[in-house]
Amino acid sequence: MRPFDYHRATAPDDAARAAASGGTFIAGGTNLVDLMKLEVMAPERLVDITRLDMRGIEETGDGGLRIGALVSNTDLANDARVRRDWPVLSRALLSGATQQLRNKATTGGNLLQRTRCLYFYDRAMPCNKREPGSGCGAMEGFNRILAVLGTSDHCIATHPSDMAVAMMALGAEVEIARAGGNTERLPLDDLYLLPGDTPERETVLAPGDLITAVILPAPVAGRQSYRKVRDRASYAFALVSVAAVVAVEDGKVARADLAFGGLAPKPWRDKDVEAALLGQPPSEALFDKAADILLAKAQGHGANDFKIPLARRVLSAVLTELTEGAAA
Amino acid sequence: MQTSLTINGETRQLDLDPRTSLLDALRHHLGLTGSKKGCDHGQCGACTVLINGRRVNACLSLLCMHEGDEVVPIEGLGQPGALSPMQQAFVEKDGYQCGYCTPGQICSATAMLEEIAQGWPSHVTADLEARPELTTEEISERMSGNLCRCSAYPNIVDAIRKAAGETA
Repeated sequence: MRPFDYHRATAPDDAARAAASGGTFIAGGTNLVDLMKLEVMAPERLVDITRLDMRGIEETGDGGLRIGALVSNTDLANDARVRRDWPVLSRALLSGATQQLRNKATTGGNLLQRTRCLYFYDRAMPCNKREPGSGCGAMEGFNRILAVLGTSDHCIATHPSDMAVAMMALGAEVEIARAGGNTERLPLDDLYLLPGDTPERETVLAPGDLITAVILPAPVAGRQSYRKVRDRASYAFALVSVAAVVAVEDGKVARADLAFGGLAPKPWRDKDVEAALLGQPPSEALFDKAADILLAKAQGHGANDFKIPLARRVLSAVLTELTEGAAA
Repeated sequence: MQTSLTINGETRQLDLDPRTSLLDALRHHLGLTGSKKGCDHGQCGACTVLINGRRVNACLSLLCMHEGDEVVPIEGLGQPGALSPMQQAFVEKDGYQCGYCTPGQICSATAMLEEIAQGWPSHVTADLEARPELTTEEISERMSGNLCRCSAYPNIVDAIRKAAGETA
């Protein structure tokens, strides 16, 4: 590990100052410390934000929740309100990592975790994300776990989070304390950038910008599910995952909020897929049509080709589960 | 870099490079070699200790970030002649072969029983709002952060059940 300066932030503006000039925030550290050991990341200064007051989960005026950025994955998954009203979020969190890691990992850090692409982790290999311009070893290499949607000629990395996929389906917003002093709220979808020709830029955050909270809108009517397909039953990243909030009224799909993990460089939401389902009676043919739209531009790279038919089947299974027996 | 924290109930002061992991601090600087370094990347769980009562991977924890925290590694759970119920159960049920993963398994399992007592759900819990039960499926899922390359898993599960007061 490369040497670094350590700064324990005492207040948000102190954290922003310390990070704006070459500092990197650290909270749970479950991903960052690992990447520092491998020297994939080598921050000059670590700004420890764990002493800031961002551990609360509060109800918002309109029936939603404001989740502090330092709330651990464990505490969020266990929150009685989340288990009751946003179960897809509890389910997504519980499907990720291990209890030891969930105890340390935070809400903000989970959103900002880096890809688990093997070529990003291996410094002997080319990687445009780690070393811009060096090429992509994954494109024609071991890409079983990598993306089929939203990729570019420079990068096919996937975003590894389960939590973020559920938050995307729930229409969450991210609260950001900008380094300049303003506080902003962005739809989670707008936090992330697609790789394009700058895969090293993963979010719209500038140096010193700090995620302070995630805001969930009020719960909506419908059934929720998080289905994750992976190479082993526990402690593995998603090959394909689907977070869904689905309602059926008068025999027709009245809500279909869907987000996908394991398919793209960011938690993936496609409003055209949802629009195709709305107002239609649920059927296998309809679910197939939704999958056609989702996967119209999907591109495999050999070892990950299987994700395209797998995503179709997982989507269909989730929609079947959530519409079966629903009030006609 | 000065760090002051509580280890097994005793306040300890350490002056170490900020790169030092909690695991290396325990093993190399405090002589507490019960916690083991397996992968050093949070994948195997051999380094599992309790921090403020919760199980975490000590290898992914920087010592300097734990100012004021209470750390309990395996040495704090019990000692020869005064084993904790979980340690005793691992001995009685032969919950190990080579023993390298055992301290992490025991720290992890000790915390896990407390988590179940507090009603924390897991990935395999059918009803998120019901009290979880200590089934084999639940134990396997909840212990998935602790690998045993000798594959002593059946006896580890038996030991955990015994410590929980069930007949295995």
